[in-house]
Amino acid sequence: MTFGNVVERCRQNESELVREWREVVARSLAGRLPAALVEKELRDILDALLGALEAGGGTDPQAEPYAEVRALLVELSRDRAQQGFSPRETAVSVFGLKEAVSKVLGDTDVTGFFRVIDEFGLYTFETYTKAREEVITNQAEQLLELATPVVKLWDGVVALPLVGTLDSARAQVVMEKLLQTLVDTGSEHAIIDITGVPAVDTQVAQHLLRTVVAARLMGAECIISGIRPQIAQTIVALGIEFGDIATKASLADALMLALSRLDVDVNAEIAKRSR
Amino acid sequence: MERIPVLKIGDTLLVSIQTDLHDQMVLALQEDLADRIAATGARGVLIDISGLEIVDSFAGRMLAAIAGISKILDAETVVVGMRPAVAITLVELGLSLNGIKTALDVERGLRLLS
Repeated sequence: MTFGNVVERCRQNESELVREWREVVARSLAGRLPAALVEKELRDILDALLGALEAGGGTDPQAEPYAEVRALLVELSRDRAQQGFSPRETAVSVFGLKEAVSKVLGDTDVTGFFRVIDEFGLYTFETYTKAREEVITNQAEQLLELATPVVKLWDGVVALPLVGTLDSARAQVVMEKLLQTLVDTGSEHAIIDITGVPAVDTQVAQHLLRTVVAARLMGAECIISGIRPQIAQTIVALGIEFGDIATKASLADALMLALSRLDVDVNAEIAKRSR
Repeated sequence: MERIPVLKIGDTLLVSIQTDLHDQMVLALQEDLADRIAATGARGVLIDISGLEIVDSFAGRMLAAIAGISKILDAETVVVGMRPAVAITLVELGLSLNGIKTALDVERGLRLLS
């Protein structure tokens, strides 16, 4: 396919094209990106695109001459995806070139050139979606990591600070992680801290109780800490019985209890370590 | 039929379950253990189930029954080395084994008995 003198005319009016293009893009971005940055991005893309067309690139965006254009577009769509721009705003960054071209070149036949731009628009869109998916996958992984940190507080004492809502699926993961840590570290005391749990209903309480009973079966004792005043009121109002499970208002109190159960002399331990 | 060995260490009887339990084995163990406690006058029974990967409600009830029998014969039962998966299963089956002492491993179990 030939593009007639479109490429040549674009080259002649390059700076005007970039300006018009930026105008279109800037309208959709509504000042969320600095104009100079956008202009540089667009100028690079246009330069690379015209260069590729001069080098004989066809309508296939995967063709060899377009390597640089593709790289620039991948960068652009990834940036946009990570900065949280919508698909429309990202697509306009490419399709806006059509508007600029028709305005600057007037009545020249630009059908072939527009087809190339469309192809790259779609390409940008695909990359944008892929980048978005990556962001989502990463966040899901981070969330799971956040979900279950088991920290060692002392020899034989581990703590599980729970943050966020405790649904059945998460409760199961948390329970397994805690029990496995008890086995791995040989800890006899576990503190489950629920400071970060926004609400305790009967279901959450059920999960907690089951974890405590399972830990007991394995030979470890659990202390539940971080019960805020409102939560204490809710628990009583709901009629939840914690039985003989130790509950404390703060993690510090729970640690104190665990240490006294272990019969630890903290001062002696500190003296031993600093020696 | 395969039998689970009951070892005597001092005043304590040690039962180490390293295979998955069949109902017949469980019943035989219960009998053996009762006989041995009576014969030796043991004061403690240590059941190590670290090799046990699968439990059913029958095996769970067996543990409770053994503890009950030991108690009548004046011996204390400690179950040690329960795996997390087994503990979760027992909780889901509603068997919280009240009245049985537990410990993480044999060493701590022995300490608990002494």
